[in-house]
Amino acid sequence: MLRIDRATYDAIVAHAREDHPDEACGVVAGPEGSDRPERFVPMLNAARSPTFYEFDSGDLLTLYREMDDRDEEPVVIYHSHTATEAYPSRTDIGLAAEPNAHYVLVSTRQHGAETGLVDDEVEFRSFRIVEGQVTEEEVEVVESFLFGHSPTTVVYD
Amino acid sequence: MAIEVRIPTILRTHTGGSKTVEGSGDTLGALVDDLDAKHPGLKNRLVTDEGTLHRFVNVYVNDEDVRFTGALDTQVKDGDSVTILPAVAGGC
Repeated sequence: MLRIDRATYDAIVAHAREDHPDEACGVVAGPEGSDRPERFVPMLNAARSPTFYEFDSGDLLTLYREMDDRDEEPVVIYHSHTATEAYPSRTDIGLAAEPNAHYVLVSTRQHGAETGLVDDEVEFRSFRIVEGQVTEEEVEVVESFLFGHSPTTVVYD
Repeated sequence: MAIEVRIPTILRTHTGGSKTVEGSGDTLGALVDDLDAKHPGLKNRLVTDEGTLHRFVNVYVNDEDVRFTGALDTQVKDGDSVTILPAVAGGC
């Protein structure tokens, strides 16, 4: 199951809407082994395409160095489909290289934020992709990670 | 001194779980051969049957993507740091 906070969920959806009709992509990093997506990092789609996404190779190196320095890993790897359902394509499956990540797929095929259409809808689904096997999982949106978990520090003044 | 190579999660099955390994060689191709001798199967994950780097594997020598520096012919030397990262990519 993917547990994700409301603000991060909204940020992913907003990025997908913004980049429509091109595919949007990014990661949500979190402390290694925590399974908590905490740091939203939208990435540039170097392919700038409605049917393909790829992180720019320089940005990819910077991102992984940064995560390494912070003892983080990519907890969520997200991208959007702009004309098809929010399900991993054959290419997505073939190229999935992070067996520990939650692969989030957002479909903007029916979104109408910019158009003002009534049928505005964005699908948001999450999958594990391990050695070519796709497993869909539940998505639980929590208001904040501070509730239901131990807060690091709370300062009252 | 040797060349330090950072291994991504998905390839650590070849390195007994190690995040970094060491190797030697004058070119990236020679380094990959040396690594494959110590960690069998690694080369196959990086290099195609035609002898070129896989399209969706990024290799960097220090900060440079080797696609722009001669791919497997890129010169390497002791003290260099090599990073392997699978592309984050897909498409519908």
